[in-house]
Amino acid sequence: MWKWIQAFASPQNFYQISEKIIPWFLSPFIILTLLGLYWGLMVAPIDYQQGESYRIMFIHVPAAWMSMLVYLIMAIASGIGLIWQIKLANVVAKVSAPIGAAFTFLALITGAVWGKPMWGAWWVWDARLTSELILLFLYLAYMALNNAFDNPKTAAKASSVLAIIGLVNLPIIHYSVQWWNTLHQGVSLGINKVAIQDSDMLFALLLMATAFKFLYATLILLRARDEILFREQNTRWVKAVIMGDEK
Amino acid sequence: MTKRQNRMVLVALLVAGVSLAGYFGLRAFNENLLYFFSPTDVVAGKAPIGKSFRLGGMVVKDSVWRNNLKVNFQVTDYVNTFGVKYEGILPDLFKEGQGVIITGSLIDKTFIATQVLAKHDENYMPPEVADALKRANE
Repeated sequence: MWKWIQAFASPQNFYQISEKIIPWFLSPFIILTLLGLYWGLMVAPIDYQQGESYRIMFIHVPAAWMSMLVYLIMAIASGIGLIWQIKLANVVAKVSAPIGAAFTFLALITGAVWGKPMWGAWWVWDARLTSELILLFLYLAYMALNNAFDNPKTAAKASSVLAIIGLVNLPIIHYSVQWWNTLHQGVSLGINKVAIQDSDMLFALLLMATAFKFLYATLILLRARDEILFREQNTRWVKAVIMGDEK
Repeated sequence: MTKRQNRMVLVALLVAGVSLAGYFGLRAFNENLLYFFSPTDVVAGKAPIGKSFRLGGMVVKDSVWRNNLKVNFQVTDYVNTFGVKYEGILPDLFKEGQGVIITGSLIDKTFIATQVLAKHDENYMPPEVADALKRANE
């Protein structure tokens, strides 16, 4: 079992397998996004309170979910990298950071654009918004720390510790709307709560949320392949790949 | 212990330590993390009266009085109620029965507002469903 995992996680093996599975993530992303946008913008009805403006939810909510999920994956990969010293785990953690930062930024920007007409303010310093902004800074700090070292092993060690420390922010983001008074509304969709009382609204949201997960899978595979080629540039198999491409 | 087990313990200790620090940190700053005070909090003396603070609650039905940009209304948490005076543009969602968060200060038991924000809830539904729910409640 252990040997099998190590064989799969070897950079060369990952490089070859990932090439074949990328299309299986990319095409669902495109199909689900087109269907989700159509369902969200054309099929789903207007909201009783917010009218048409609520439709930004179909980008904002999946982006916000991804901002936390990507961080969780980054921290778990960092832990695996620290404990078992698997190269691929360090690569996954490193390439996840800019993707997670992008999702966080998207959630913050769409939230601001939504907040202005609905609440009357682009930004407020309530617990939900502030903790999400801290998440963006955690991603940026991780990227800065990782890039501060020339040796990828040292870089992975230092930035992995930071990633694991930042993990404490995830429950704060999630529970911020329950623990404290906030301007941001409470949870609409949880394990035992569905406050989206229209099946078309819910369906569009779930389509977009699934699409974003396929997007992340696609991006992480593409970026990990680049990172692996760079890190293994002195090995024979990478040279063979490069020569093969030039033929 | 092997080196790997050693590292496992260190990572576990790191997670535990940070969680504990986070827990105590949040407990210490709990009061500061509240974005607004309810009218009952204000009556109980929790809000910094004399300074600017935020008051949150529902706009009382039939309490809104407008004159150009000047607005008077009452905010309640169904236990205590405060009168609010505001001059400026209100957000689109502002209406009677709506949740609002108001920045300002309390002068002679009237809240003089400098900013009014609308707070909406987590429910999403088409207007027809909302109407049906309303009729069912009446």
